Amino acid sequence: MTDSVTNLADLTSDAISTTAGTNQSGPERTLPRRRRRKPRAYRIFRVVILTLTVLLFIAPLVWMLVASFKTNVDIYDSTKTFFFTPTLDNYANVLGRNNYFSFIFNSFWVAFCSTVLSLILGVPAAYAMSRFSMNRSAMVVLMARIIPGVSLLVPWYFIFANLRLVGGFSVLVLSHMFVALPLIVYLMMSFFDSLPTELEDAAQVDGLTPIGAFLRITLPLSVPGLATAGILSFIFSWNNFMFALVLSGANTKTLPVAIFNFVSYASIDWGSLMSAAVIVTVPIMVIALFTQKYVVSGLTAGATKG
Amino acid sequence: MTATVTSRPPATAEPTAWTAYSRWANRHRKWLFAAPAMIFVGLLIVVPLAWTAYLSLTDAQGSVRAESEFVGMANYLQVFRDTERFWPAVWRTFTFTTGAVATEMVLGMGIALLLWRPFKGEKWVRVAILMPLVATPVAVGMMWRLIFDPNIGFANQLLSWVGLPSQPWLSGQHTALPTLIFVDVWQWTPMIVLILLAGLTSLSEEPDEAARIDGANAWQRFRFVTLPLLRSTVIVAIVLRGIDALKTFDILYATKGKGGGSFHEVETLNVYAFGLSFDYNDYGIASTVLILFFLLIIAIMWMITYRRKGDR
Repeated sequence: MTDSVTNLADLTSDAISTTAGTNQSGPERTLPRRRRRKPRAYRIFRVVILTLTVLLFIAPLVWMLVASFKTNVDIYDSTKTFFFTPTLDNYANVLGRNNYFSFIFNSFWVAFCSTVLSLILGVPAAYAMSRFSMNRSAMVVLMARIIPGVSLLVPWYFIFANLRLVGGFSVLVLSHMFVALPLIVYLMMSFFDSLPTELEDAAQVDGLTPIGAFLRITLPLSVPGLATAGILSFIFSWNNFMFALVLSGANTKTLPVAIFNFVSYASIDWGSLMSAAVIVTVPIMVIALFTQKYVVSGLTAGATKG
Repeated sequence: MTATVTSRPPATAEPTAWTAYSRWANRHRKWLFAAPAMIFVGLLIVVPLAWTAYLSLTDAQGSVRAESEFVGMANYLQVFRDTERFWPAVWRTFTFTTGAVATEMVLGMGIALLLWRPFKGEKWVRVAILMPLVATPVAVGMMWRLIFDPNIGFANQLLSWVGLPSQPWLSGQHTALPTLIFVDVWQWTPMIVLILLAGLTSLSEEPDEAARIDGANAWQRFRFVTLPLLRSTVIVAIVLRGIDALKTFDILYATKGKGGGSFHEVETLNVYAFGLSFDYNDYGIASTVLILFFLLIIAIMWMITYRRKGDR
């Protein structure tokens, strides 16, 4: 009992002395000074750390680019890490002798077809699921994001091998749609959820049918969402490796598979391998650079909804 | 496009077959819109998944057209007893996922907090961190393979400059998995940064400001104000990244090839199942592993979302 009383007294005296202390120096003088001092140290800290971060994320990519301009002799020579005579031989080798132009076309064509078809199937579905709150149907589609792709590859391989379709474009497009369609439904559902229904309602009052209102009012308003979904699905399809590894044939090989096949031989032609890696990454980076806003909004969709 | 639209007032229109169709379509638009996607998902995802479940109960192997027999739970028993490949693969999947996701969350949170308040050159930092994210995983794997090459790689050159002994990196039996976790962290931390940054920018500044006036220091404001407010975003980030990390295949297969290296040192469940299916054509066992893998992912995701509901 007495202990607690003395404690209380101590506490009060502490509190009084602290208040007295602040009163002495004056809140008008300490507060602004502290505010000015702290951010400066923080600002330097922030610049240093962020510069390091950027370097860490970019340096390996620069290294890949640098190596693609080196001869294999230079790559093996540690004295020529930074100083060497750049050469385009690797690119000539990859594009000329190894027929990479056709792989570029394959990658592009598969990514383009699967994206367009997924948009055609996915956008109306996302609209219906959003407007009629078909949560259970949406769950089924979104389940595809969780399923490991290999578990579908085995049955697909069974089915398509029996139909003698393995190696054709149609199988590749279908398999890439497995990634693209759920992605598009997911992104477009959250987009339609955030789109107010008033304009559609007004259009229907003015005589448009519900489908007409969707086609003439909602779709034109959804261009940013469609761009996000389309670009992201294109990127994921372009980068996809596993499906094409199993389902593509000699004529339908996509770029990631072509790069992988580069190293299945005993010795690695590092210069050509790096230039092939540059060829597959640079187009997608350029696309991402110019559509940064959409890519970021797609990757972060659903992050703030909870 | 205009064909489905009845733009004229119905008073002048004779009820033709077309208007009847249009009326039917509009009345059933819910299922008309959803059906194509649902049919696609049903035919290409639900049916194959069911088939995988069936295959896991058979001894299917060898040629795709070969006969197979129903063996019941024998595959499951065999897989559960398999301490040589299956359980180590489960363990590696866990190690890889928790190691990668935990590191990515900590680093991502740090970078996101530094990027939170606007500053000059912010745009360039954002562009820079977007680049690893969109890079093709196979190309990323090849790139790190060159950097981590024990003889000619830049990583060992860097170590020799600061006087450290060179490391085997990807080719070492015990260093391969940590190295690949590093590669995954390099590629996917930006994703966490972007998600957390979107969450941070959606927060209002008032709680943070109030805590500052009450005398809370930076760590206290982060721990007791920002982090609780950011809770749902953090969970979304963990779930999204966790699903992808569990299923990581491209960088593992591109750097270590079939079977996850000669000692299976980076063989996760996904790589193991892929190898069983397409390198050994052992479809029955492969399907068993896949079904177990699928159930594992669902269980983990359920646990995370269940805890989230319980905590509210």
